[in-house]
Amino acid sequence: MPSFIKNPKDFLAGLLFIFISALFAYGTMELPIGTAFRMGPGYFPMVLCIMLAALGLVVMFNGFVLDGEKIAQFTWRGLFNIVLPVVFFGVTLRGLGFVLSLGITVFFVSIASVHFKLRTALLSVVVLVFAGWAIFIWGLGLPIQVWGPWVGGY
Amino acid sequence: MGFGQAFTLGNLFYCFLGVLLGTLVGVLPGLGPTATIAMLLPITFQLPPASALIMLAGIYYGAQYGGSTTAILINLPGESSSVVTAIDGYKLARQGKAGLALFTAAVGSFFAGTVATFLIAGFAPPLAAVALSFGPAEYFSLMVLGLAASVALAHGSLIKAVGMVVLGLLLGTVGQDLYTGTPRFSFGMTELADGVEFVALVMGLFGIGEIIRNLEDESERSVFAQKVMGLLPSWSDFKPTIKPILRGSALGTVLGILPGGGAMLSSFAAYSLEKRIAKDQSRFGKGAIEGVAAPEAANNAGAQTSFIPMLTLGIPSNPVMALMIGAMIIQGIQPGPNVVTEKPELFWGLIASMWVGNVMLLVLNLPMIGMWVKFLTVPYHVLFPGIIAVCCIGVYSVSNNPFDVYTMAFFGVVGYVLVKLDCEPAPLILGFVIGKMLEEYLRRAMLLSRGDPLVFFQRPISAVLLIMSIAALVLVLIPSISKKREEAFKE
Repeated sequence: MPSFIKNPKDFLAGLLFIFISALFAYGTMELPIGTAFRMGPGYFPMVLCIMLAALGLVVMFNGFVLDGEKIAQFTWRGLFNIVLPVVFFGVTLRGLGFVLSLGITVFFVSIASVHFKLRTALLSVVVLVFAGWAIFIWGLGLPIQVWGPWVGGY
Repeated sequence: MGFGQAFTLGNLFYCFLGVLLGTLVGVLPGLGPTATIAMLLPITFQLPPASALIMLAGIYYGAQYGGSTTAILINLPGESSSVVTAIDGYKLARQGKAGLALFTAAVGSFFAGTVATFLIAGFAPPLAAVALSFGPAEYFSLMVLGLAASVALAHGSLIKAVGMVVLGLLLGTVGQDLYTGTPRFSFGMTELADGVEFVALVMGLFGIGEIIRNLEDESERSVFAQKVMGLLPSWSDFKPTIKPILRGSALGTVLGILPGGGAMLSSFAAYSLEKRIAKDQSRFGKGAIEGVAAPEAANNAGAQTSFIPMLTLGIPSNPVMALMIGAMIIQGIQPGPNVVTEKPELFWGLIASMWVGNVMLLVLNLPMIGMWVKFLTVPYHVLFPGIIAVCCIGVYSVSNNPFDVYTMAFFGVVGYVLVKLDCEPAPLILGFVIGKMLEEYLRRAMLLSRGDPLVFFQRPISAVLLIMSIAALVLVLIPSISKKREEAFKE
């Protein structure tokens, strides 16, 4: 972060606000705005975009003027090992079925912790898959296949 | 009528399940009622509406009980609303008076819960009757007031909190337009045609995002649970706690009703009040029983009266209430003043269940305290894979669609980044829930006034509400008050 930015948290938060408002403003362009009397689908979002962009500018400006703390280190280990297995669950649940999809997800999620141990991780896999099956499929009757078509289920 | 509804076997069971789960997540640090209720939202879809709301409500006020246990015994507040309880409660425990502190906390909570329950029963129906006469302009202004107050009472930067509300409102506009059916902001994804899935958004921000943040610092907590002795204190020990409990209950009841209020604000305010009026202020921080009695009574009272605006106006005053509204919508109930008259069994059943739940909590917490302390020995790294598993299955089950799982993962990252930038996700949820209604009322009011924005100031109730919202924001910006506000949150 260059030195003229005194508060990186504010600077980046402002930037984020502006980015999001630009994204939505782009989406508003194809919507009819209408008038204050008969507002079109784009009227309310457009007002919000302008507000968010203005707030973003103020927050970013604060980042140049007011002193603030640095952003603490991101936990990449936690971030990747949580988000990727969750996405994996979404991708494979229908194909692999409940047991394999959830089991693999839980195993890789466990790696996110610095206290990861193979034995505890495998134990959580067994316990959670069984408990999940008992509560959600057997108990609540959710329509999820236990074994998916990729592994010979039907 | 309410008790008849609350005492059916099924509802008693769900009430018990709710307060049990609530106590559990209250005891466990790193897992709060917001995330828990979010995780259970999809499951409640399978239940009758009254049972669903009774259970979810039980989680919220149950967590207030559980949070105090860990605060007193190991100086680790399980809930943000128990932070102040830890200050004096833990000192009392060190002096061998853990039993007195726990007893006071439980009895104070119970008393406050009872008062708050009767207050809801007395005040909610007339308030709902008044709200029935509201037009779109009044509703719009009321929602603006709710959002403004929640921003003013959020901690951290005011501008960022406003930004988060606006961001939430924007996310709420994704999906079909109410009047014309035009798809908005689908960004080429057909799955977004119905809007951002509420459950996925909340689970992402409060479930996944929170877990990633907790994994940053995994220092093991040391548990030294000594045996709790002397749970039933003598009258002379208990007598000085009566007045603080009364004061805490009163303060919590009022602050809970305010938009943006709730358990946390109430407990902080009650602690500062006790400290200010005490004859000997130096006792605070060294084991003053008033410092346990008042905030514990206040957080329970506040947790319960925050249901009033939710039940009567359909306006959430904090993220948990936003989730309750989400639960109602999932059940096909339109939140608002009509709930009292159209769904009386739901309304009165929920209120009666609160009192029943408080009785259950008293029993759950006092004799069984040792069991809850045991749960503290479960380390977080064993806990969080289970939370992830429940989140994944839960969000998928909403509509059996993998897209919701991706949405949750996406908002998990967003939530983590936002917290890193000191942007609290709570106002975003409020904005999201209110967004569609706010737009609808705005457009309707403008249609009725033929495009004249002054309508919001010409109607007296609407004008008062708007002036109050502006006042709330301006007050926070005045330097002397904003300094006090920071101190209050730091304390």
